[in-house]
Amino acid sequence: MSTNDSTQSRARGKAPAGERVADWADGRLGIYSLAKANMRKIFPDHWSFMLGEVCLYSFLIIILTGVYLTLFFHPSMNEVEYHGSYIPMQGQLMSEAYKSTLDISFDVRGGLLIRQIHHWAAIVFLAGMFVHMMRVFFTGAFRKPREINWLFGFLLFVLGMFTGFTGYSLPDDLLSGTGVRFTQGAILSVPIVGTYISMFLFGGEFPGDDFVARFYSIHILLLPGIMLGLVVAHLILVFYHKHTQFAGPGKSNKNVVGMPLLPVYMAKAGGFFFLVFGVIAVLAGIATVNPIWALGPYRPDMVSTGAQPDWYMGFAEGLVRAMPGWEINLWGHTLVLGVFVPLVLFGVFLAAIAVYPFIESWITGDKREHHILDRPRNAPTRTALGVAWITAYMIMLIGGGNDIVATHFHLSINAVTWFVRIGFFVGPVIAFVVTKRICLGLQRRDKDKVLHGRETGTIKRLPHGEYIEVHEPLSQASLHSLTAHEQYAPAEIGPTVDENGVERKVKGSQKLRAKLSKAYFGEDAQIPKPTVEEYKEITSGHGHH
Amino acid sequence: MKKLSARRRHPLAAVVVLLLALAATGGLYAAFAPAGKAQADETAQSLAIDEGKKLYAVGCASCHGTGGQGTSDGPSLVGVGAAAVDFQVATGRMPAATSQGAQVPRKKNIYTQAQIDQLAAYIASLGAGPSVPTEEQYGPEGADIAKGGELFRNNCAQCHNFTGKGGALTKGKYAPTLEGVNPKHIYEAMQTGPQNMPSFPDTTLSEQNKKDIIAYLNAVNSDETETPGGMELGGIGPVAEGLFGWIFGLGTLIAIAVWVAARTAKAKKS
Repeated sequence: MSTNDSTQSRARGKAPAGERVADWADGRLGIYSLAKANMRKIFPDHWSFMLGEVCLYSFLIIILTGVYLTLFFHPSMNEVEYHGSYIPMQGQLMSEAYKSTLDISFDVRGGLLIRQIHHWAAIVFLAGMFVHMMRVFFTGAFRKPREINWLFGFLLFVLGMFTGFTGYSLPDDLLSGTGVRFTQGAILSVPIVGTYISMFLFGGEFPGDDFVARFYSIHILLLPGIMLGLVVAHLILVFYHKHTQFAGPGKSNKNVVGMPLLPVYMAKAGGFFFLVFGVIAVLAGIATVNPIWALGPYRPDMVSTGAQPDWYMGFAEGLVRAMPGWEINLWGHTLVLGVFVPLVLFGVFLAAIAVYPFIESWITGDKREHHILDRPRNAPTRTALGVAWITAYMIMLIGGGNDIVATHFHLSINAVTWFVRIGFFVGPVIAFVVTKRICLGLQRRDKDKVLHGRETGTIKRLPHGEYIEVHEPLSQASLHSLTAHEQYAPAEIGPTVDENGVERKVKGSQKLRAKLSKAYFGEDAQIPKPTVEEYKEITSGHGHH
Repeated sequence: MKKLSARRRHPLAAVVVLLLALAATGGLYAAFAPAGKAQADETAQSLAIDEGKKLYAVGCASCHGTGGQGTSDGPSLVGVGAAAVDFQVATGRMPAATSQGAQVPRKKNIYTQAQIDQLAAYIASLGAGPSVPTEEQYGPEGADIAKGGELFRNNCAQCHNFTGKGGALTKGKYAPTLEGVNPKHIYEAMQTGPQNMPSFPDTTLSEQNKKDIIAYLNAVNSDETETPGGMELGGIGPVAEGLFGWIFGLGTLIAIAVWVAARTAKAKKS
């Protein structure tokens, strides 16, 4: 068959080289049908849909620069004497890990730039994931069928945190060593197994000779390997589910309106990759990050003030700094609540992100697929919960930097700590109430706009002397966009006594669900959107309200 | 000898003997007294003390007492030494505006160096204490920068940060930044332990150690410091880096995303 084809084509003259190569490849890989099916895949346009791309590209940049760094980094804790080109460290004893990082910074061509790109990209990667996750949360993009992808994203964020942590621990400098000690302390605070885990992880007492080599494997192999797999799975699911879109004319739960992957999105995404790389490279070119040469080699008998982890671990630092140093002594054993409680809260805080989609779908009882995004104002309780979580997170970030805040704003560190302690409980409540009120206010404004049109600012005087402001009716398209969202009715338990007077047993969970549903979708939690009747009644009459 | 003996009843003989005796006691005192004072020109010294006393009465006595004995508003200055005076006054910390507040801040110095020396001479005359170091003691010659760095991280970084950018202490107190501080004053601070700082006398940190630390600070935290990585962002570590990354890193990228998304292909639009 193929010989037949080739003889025929030869008869007609040779096909262009490109086509022949493609033919050759397709015969062995079968990519043509795959490409044909996916090249015209449609993606909707919105800037917030590109936040995930920021993460993907910074992740690629981290891998690329990381590979370069592994060529020169020695993950060893052997003690050596420094004789490189950085004068203030001449003759100092240090681990080989620290020395090789100094060498990368001062004696390897392009080493410092690559190191700084690597580190800045990590900071941007985590920040990007945070914002991407916020976008997905506030628009309700985590709803069916995307719960699993939400979990993949969540895992990427958490693994990113730990990859970052193991990464900045590698140079074995005084700052990161303090962070490792901090973490070891947290591990030790775990009752019963803490000591064993610590001894296992560090190969004996802290710091030992092993942790740099072990963190190195974890940092460059284990965690990035898992993350890479998750990223691929994440993208496959995005492809498979198709991208969500905001409500608008012509957009429905069953279609996707936008531009095709090829050529439009390939060009856009390709260009955006270079823009991301460029911005991060500029960042690395103009601003120092983690100047390990100024920090000195780690020694367990030394510590500096102002020792913080990178921002994404800052809230954990804050939890420990804010927690009073309580402890319980029982039967010769100590339970260090001052460290253990923050460690538990750290887990709870993160787990809240993972479980939220499941909680919400349980409350709504909605098993349908959702491909149209919510505007945050149209889901006031969810939005308020998200803002409350972010508020608690931000307050803990302040707590993690309480000494820096104190010195730079001329405050007492004790006052800052107390602000954080109280703010952690009060702040989210205030944020919740305020956000919900704002959302409801915006819903009211939307309703007003739909029913009465846009305020033009034109004042007209009528013949009998009355002044009115001219309202311009909205276009059909914006009327649709403003009223496309669905509003849930609060779930009812239903009558507890049937027609025969037999009392029905109501489970506690059902009662709880009804209560939560009322809080989410009750009278105080959403403004009923304008109905067609209301609209007709108002617009059929006079030119204005 | 005969000549001398012949003149022993001269009317001025008593005066001469008195002068000789004074010179002898003075000489003996000078020989046995602490070196710093022995070399000073005595009349100039006493003049300086007098002047210093006057300056003290105007600027310091209201809190530290008329004779430096201290009051409820200020500690006794007996035995603090010239080095403490030179540090406190030359960095503008003294005279303090108030004895309230967490800590006396560094501010503009209103005295000339000559006046400070006079004040220092007066305070030193109240009781022996560390004297003002000479340039030889705090100068860069013969200093080991790397050793100084190690000493700094071991003794100073807990409060002053890795490279002396300063840090917070309890209840509004703080360890100030060491950027732009005169090496002499750093030396004096180590020696006298001003405010919340512990003192590091020569028995704890030798003269050479102090010299090393000063040289290290000059290398990592002064105008001459090189920052190979670009802007230093305050040198206070990850808090500043995180803020910078969020605002200028992610901020720029979001702005670019908005820009890219706004430019959609419109070629084939009908």
